[in-house]
Amino acid sequence: MLRFLVRRTLGAIVILFLLSIVTFLLFFGMPRDPALLMCGKTCNPTSLANIHHVLGLDKPVPEQYWIFLHNLVLGSNQFDQGPCPAPCFGYSYHTNDLVWQTLMDRLPTTVSLTLGGAVCFLIIGLGTGLLAAWKRGTLIDKTATGGAMVLSSMQIYFLGPLALAVLVYQTHWFDKPAYNNFTGDPVTWFTGLIIPWVVLSTIFAAQYTRMARSSMIEQLQEEHVRTARAKGMSRQYVFFRYAWRGSLIPIVTIFGIDLGSLLGGAIITEYTFSLPGLGQLAVQSVFFSDLPLLLGVMLFSAAMILLFNIIVDAAYAFIDPRVRLA
Amino acid sequence: MTTLTKDAGTPAPADAGAFLSVRDLHVSFKTEDGVVRAVDGLSFDLARGKTLGIVGESGSGKSVTNLTILGLHNPQFTTVEGEILLDGQELITARESELEKVRGNKAAMIFQDPLTALSPYYTVGRQIAEPFMKHRGASKRAAWDRAVEMLAKVGIPNPKERAKDYPHQFSGGMRQRAMIAMALVCDPDLLIADEPTTALDVTVQAQILDLLKDLQQEFGSGIIFITHDLGVIADMADDIMVMYAGSAVERGTTDEVLRAPQHPYTWGLLNSMPRLDSDLAMPLTPIPGAPPSLLTPPSGCRFHPRCTFQDRVGGNRCVTERPLLGPDRASACHLTADQKHTIFIEEIKPRLG
Amino acid sequence: MTQDMVLPAPREAAAGEPLLEVSGLTKYFPVKGGFPIRRTIGHVQAVDGIDLTVRVGESFGLVGESGCGKSTTGRLITRLLEPTDGTISYRGQDISHASRRELAPIRSEIQMIFQDPYSSLNPRQTVGKIISGPMEINRIEPEGGREKRVRELLEIVGLNPEHYNRFPHEFSGGQRQRIGVARALALEPKLIVADEPVSALDVSIQAQVVNLLQEVQRELDIAFLFIAHDLAVVRHFSQRVAVMYLGKIIEVGDREAIYTRPRHPYTHALLSAVPEVSLTDEPGAAGRERIRLAGDVPSPISPPSGCRFRTRCWKAQDKCAAEEPPLIQISGNREGHLTACHFPEDPTTEARDEDIILDPALAALEEE
Repeated sequence: MLRFLVRRTLGAIVILFLLSIVTFLLFFGMPRDPALLMCGKTCNPTSLANIHHVLGLDKPVPEQYWIFLHNLVLGSNQFDQGPCPAPCFGYSYHTNDLVWQTLMDRLPTTVSLTLGGAVCFLIIGLGTGLLAAWKRGTLIDKTATGGAMVLSSMQIYFLGPLALAVLVYQTHWFDKPAYNNFTGDPVTWFTGLIIPWVVLSTIFAAQYTRMARSSMIEQLQEEHVRTARAKGMSRQYVFFRYAWRGSLIPIVTIFGIDLGSLLGGAIITEYTFSLPGLGQLAVQSVFFSDLPLLLGVMLFSAAMILLFNIIVDAAYAFIDPRVRLA
Repeated sequence: MTTLTKDAGTPAPADAGAFLSVRDLHVSFKTEDGVVRAVDGLSFDLARGKTLGIVGESGSGKSVTNLTILGLHNPQFTTVEGEILLDGQELITARESELEKVRGNKAAMIFQDPLTALSPYYTVGRQIAEPFMKHRGASKRAAWDRAVEMLAKVGIPNPKERAKDYPHQFSGGMRQRAMIAMALVCDPDLLIADEPTTALDVTVQAQILDLLKDLQQEFGSGIIFITHDLGVIADMADDIMVMYAGSAVERGTTDEVLRAPQHPYTWGLLNSMPRLDSDLAMPLTPIPGAPPSLLTPPSGCRFHPRCTFQDRVGGNRCVTERPLLGPDRASACHLTADQKHTIFIEEIKPRLG
Repeated sequence: MTQDMVLPAPREAAAGEPLLEVSGLTKYFPVKGGFPIRRTIGHVQAVDGIDLTVRVGESFGLVGESGCGKSTTGRLITRLLEPTDGTISYRGQDISHASRRELAPIRSEIQMIFQDPYSSLNPRQTVGKIISGPMEINRIEPEGGREKRVRELLEIVGLNPEHYNRFPHEFSGGQRQRIGVARALALEPKLIVADEPVSALDVSIQAQVVNLLQEVQRELDIAFLFIAHDLAVVRHFSQRVAVMYLGKIIEVGDREAIYTRPRHPYTHALLSAVPEVSLTDEPGAAGRERIRLAGDVPSPISPPSGCRFRTRCWKAQDKCAAEEPPLIQISGNREGHLTACHFPEDPTTEARDEDIILDPALAALEEE
């Protein structure tokens, strides 16, 4: 297990390193000069050059990258805005805030949104999927599969505004979505996120229903499941001990991918509900050509996806003893 | 009949004869292409402690029959008619909860491929212990000890440690031994072994077959042994039932069926099988054609399209009239008893080399 | 040595001359592992230095249990796999590491028939296309055209030539294997490597295919390397037989030598394990010996030292661990019968005074 973690973490670091090079190089191909944005209306070549110098854009690219890497690992005191402890992505061109600090400020919103949503869609999705598999071929199964089919073809930018219009503005049953600190007031934290959770989980739950159902039905046809029945184990026991275990593998795989990418920024959801999470931050950084922020967001979401990749692979080993971690 | 000492609590039947009786069993599946008549009018009996070998090729209905005995078919797509009596209990009409009490307890099964038939997710010990806990109400501890004891009995070295292993850590032969241990853990009266050695190497197969025979001596279970291999059946069975296209075509004791077979299909099987002692100058005589589709089985005798002897039956009987299989020693064929005897002695036996 | 000829060619080599000679053939598959960087940490010694000769027009059987390397050997000879070591020479020409181009003229002469008639035929191609495939690839234009030749081939393997335009799924398992045979025959090969060609088929169908292969072998004078685990089928089909165990040939000889005068304990164990329908009812006829080995075949990653069978052998002594027995004509063997054993058995398969039961569970149960 330890070997596995060390190996995979090293691998992830290598990937992040390569990714940082690629992103870094890509951004220098961007048509917009970030200095131009900061330069403002009174821009002249001298002040532009000055900004270039301040931002370090007048140095050769390899040197810029080296500085970036150095700051990332060791931190830096070279910034005018103040000290930048590791991991230092520098200061945002746009807001002049520490990039890392900005990320950390936005993270709770995204984590709350994602984890809350995940709990909802797992419970609803898997529950419905299992029920459909158990009642295969009956009206319950057909309703569940049909409903899941309809819902999974929906989009957040459709369901989101619809939910807002009906549940918030029309009936006033729910508060307008907003992020309130959990530690501050758990109740408003909950009420502020409930609509995004419902919308997010509706669409995801539908996918998980279909997946859980098909995966269970497949498992129920496995020979070892038949053996368990031939031993006289009850239907419930066979269903939940034998078939369920095997059907977890595809579910865990998809869940890991979903959670990783959601944590990297649920862009559309955050935008739809104006939640100040990482997804919004990513869009803003692109919009303002805010290179340090963009690099920070990109590497952070990549790290999230890689982290969940490792977690998924480790989970396999817990589910299936045939999987050896090495 | 072998006399057996069974656990106290199992009531001795008045007639020690057939404790498993299958009467006029029909099994059909609904498929997209139509109704498959997998088993079509099958009757047989099995006595305690005896081994009935069911031999047949793929699609003969031999495996379906035995899944049906334990109610392991999918009820949604399957129609079952007839009567299955196990120790006086009717199984076709039995409720699922009653069947659960029979499975793994009174009647257990061994499957062909132990790698897929054992769950990869639980230890071998746990999988053996489970039915013991369920049927005997044993504690976890007691059931585990029983599992270790069973593993020792089937020849797993170092059973205490190996019980904690998962099936994938066992070799093929050991997995099948574990499967046997699992089937025998509740000392069943009936053991259904569905091609239990087909996936194994020949030297391992020999070990497993002998082990089953030796364990049968000790446990006294009646065995239904399903196989396509006449050599294996000759080695294992007291009685043989030959199946073709969903019904039995010949039955009798092993000696009778193998040394004086009466049905053209049995002749065909014997003539098409190379043996270690057969005369090499004698070429194999295959059965022409291929087994029929069970969606549209042939009329009359189901074997008639492949039978080279139908012209010796008067009229068009093989095509129009389905031959019936009598009880005891019998074959479902319109040839007269004399014809069967003469054809075997004069035409079939010399070809066996 | 015979020079390459343009097909179709008269059979120039006389029967009995070596067609395929394999010496020291070895195939190791790497096993990956290690920390922190994955690297090769061992090898599966699938085939470990085997010698064999297939003569013109002869059927040579290769038997053994799973993992003994018989299929790998077949794939090495047809050059579907690259040998790690050793040489394969076909009609005197070394093809062990020949490139695609160098192999081209020989490819048509060595064909393969596979085990699974369901997966070895492309389901999207018609039978005609499948069978004419090898002709197309090798740019061979037979007299009268490819279609005529395909129809001929269909007839040879006992299929209706009218079925030229059908797809594989319209055929039964036995018929599909016939299509596989027709494909192999398309280029008039001189050697066919048949890897378990009948083991996926039902008994009654199996005999049809065995007979077909036998006809083909005799009438078209094609040499066969017949790889199978079924000893009775191999005996029926092959004039000479080699027995493999854990990547080595442990005994080789003509059919009679292997089946009635075996010397290697493993050959004895194998033969004794075959379940048989006994049809002789003469009283007093000596039965067959009964040998029951213990456990399974050891891992080919770290095979036992010396003789590989010694861990399961009842005659093993210290010498067997220290010294690998060479495959030679040991005393008492007839010409051409080679055995790799330090302490060979008597050349008979008749029942012994006492059965050899190495399996502890069997021994314990039978003790009572």
